[in-house]
Amino acid sequence: MGNDREFLGFVITGHMDHGKSTLIGRLLFDTGSLPEGKIEEVRKTCELLGRKLEFAYVVDHLREEREGGMTIDTAQTFFRHGGRDYAIIDAPGHKEFMKNMVTGASQADAAVLIIDASEGLKEQTRRHAYVLAMLGLRDAVVVINKMDLVGYSEGAFEKLKGEAVAFLSRLGMAPPHVIPISAMSGENVVKRAESMPWHRGLTLIESLAGMKPRESLKAKALRLPVQDVYGFGGKRVAVGRVESGTLAPGMEAGVLPWGGKVRVGALEGFGSRPERAECGMNAGFADAAGLKRGDVVFAGSPPFSGRTIRGSVFWLGAKPLAKGELVVCRIATQEVVAKVEAIRNRMDSSTLEVIEEDAERLEGTEAAEVTLSASAPLAYDLFSGIPTMGRFVLVRDGLVEGGGIIARAVK
Amino acid sequence: MDRLDELEARSVYVIREAYAKYRNVAMLWSVGKDSTTLLWLVRKAFFGEVPFPVVHLDTSYKFAEMYEFRDRIAKEWGLDLIVVRNEEALKSGAGPGKGKLDCCTKLKTDALKQGIDRLGFKAVLLGIRRDEHGIRAKERYFSPRDKDFSWNYKDQPPEIWGQFTVKADDETHIRVHPILHWTELDVWRYVRREGLPVVKLYFARGGKRYRSIGCQPCTSPIDSDASTVDEIISELETTRVGERSGRAQDKEQAYMMQKLRLLGYM
Repeated sequence: MGNDREFLGFVITGHMDHGKSTLIGRLLFDTGSLPEGKIEEVRKTCELLGRKLEFAYVVDHLREEREGGMTIDTAQTFFRHGGRDYAIIDAPGHKEFMKNMVTGASQADAAVLIIDASEGLKEQTRRHAYVLAMLGLRDAVVVINKMDLVGYSEGAFEKLKGEAVAFLSRLGMAPPHVIPISAMSGENVVKRAESMPWHRGLTLIESLAGMKPRESLKAKALRLPVQDVYGFGGKRVAVGRVESGTLAPGMEAGVLPWGGKVRVGALEGFGSRPERAECGMNAGFADAAGLKRGDVVFAGSPPFSGRTIRGSVFWLGAKPLAKGELVVCRIATQEVVAKVEAIRNRMDSSTLEVIEEDAERLEGTEAAEVTLSASAPLAYDLFSGIPTMGRFVLVRDGLVEGGGIIARAVK
Repeated sequence: MDRLDELEARSVYVIREAYAKYRNVAMLWSVGKDSTTLLWLVRKAFFGEVPFPVVHLDTSYKFAEMYEFRDRIAKEWGLDLIVVRNEEALKSGAGPGKGKLDCCTKLKTDALKQGIDRLGFKAVLLGIRRDEHGIRAKERYFSPRDKDFSWNYKDQPPEIWGQFTVKADDETHIRVHPILHWTELDVWRYVRREGLPVVKLYFARGGKRYRSIGCQPCTSPIDSDASTVDEIISELETTRVGERSGRAQDKEQAYMMQKLRLLGYM
């Protein structure tokens, strides 16, 4: 009866004008997912603007976007197909709106990278691929769009496929499928294309059916960053989301970064008393002696702990990150002031070329290996082990301006 | 964890995050199914308590069933209910007869501004969802507003890995949207699973039901025979009619909803 229907959120990324919005409109249309009112709303708007109705406008709801012909922010639309519910996360393809692209992609389980067959890999194609790799979306499906513009040529497709696969492999990405499509006509999106009989692989919708949600971290060691401590009804209850592993009452757990121990009391619920809290659940447990927000409760192999954090940072701020500057570093619920000690291998995230080995500044959309010295120790894991504890954001004036992942611990 | 568990978990995390960062929080309760779901999630987050005020923006044009439901639930759940009305505008005759943009702006947006000014909340929880309307699809979980309530949707801060914007100096408040990622169907499946109470207007009587409820003069029912939660779920699994098709404010002009939101509408 449907509570357990499968759900998948995927992001469509790629360079501007390579056809993201048209593809979304096509997916919605061909799966019968466009609400009646929506088409009317868009048709009216198109009339007002003196344009003919295009699928792309269906997802570009904002006036400014329609007028400028480009997507500005990330948005989500929903459709159902083959017994599964999908959310399409639409990421803007313009460099100016990278923070919106990163926001969208960070919420996705899976990704589609779209490339215009007549244009090939462009600046934002490559930059988006970099971000997907950084966010752990390494098995993105690649679609080569606008095949009609290259005469549905197998040769043109194979050549571009080779270039795309070669570039992606530099990021540690290996696309499970590379699919020739035309979003405008719908070929190989939901319906198989008669114009490209040489393509024996999947259609896009078939490849989506094979995409999996992100892997659960249930089997990993317990990490529970304390989010808050409540004192309702005279009881002290610590709450937090289990980021990996499972929490159960009676457990002897360690606490970092201050190095204490805690015996987990009864788990709290609303109208029920849970027996355990597994990864992804919000736990509440009694007897939170001395715990406070930012403490990381753990079991099994301990997280790393230290004042020096080094990670690959992708910068999104309008103002560059400067060496020597103080920023706020957050890992899960931990939050400390940190000094930017070094910015190494400053890189153009599109060309992957190192611009500078030892940099004073990191500009927006650039990436680098950044060393931070924090004012207090932070508990963390490696991104490859427990991703939720192996990533951090850098915050300036309350705004998230950069994201980083930790590949190696600093002793 | 199934889909509903995951939706719930993400929402509870956002609610607790707002409370952890601000304490001085309120939630808006329109009495509809979405904000009633939000209210239930707040109770889940705080083990049955609702540790902050629940604000009802009352245009005075709501359905009688909504007022009855509001007062009953407020009592049963022990809510600190604050009813906010733009009395001045009501006295000077504001209403749907003077145009819908004017009416919504005065009786909802301005009422909320006055309420926040007077009560001084730092963060306000709202039960909006991305799948309701195109412009709501652009929202973040934490969305800062300046003193004019304007929303700069073109330049929103990034939101990654459950890390949210906290900027809120004296002139701003933060809108927090804990059920942003839910769809209409999710809400009904959750209503069924949790046995949540909802206003009777959602259930069909005489071949009509309300799919979305707001003010009486601007909300019309849809053709439907769905008279139970199960029947509503079956209906939604097959329908292609938009959820807000019965809401006049969305349709009157192509950019009505966008204009309203830029002006600070929910």
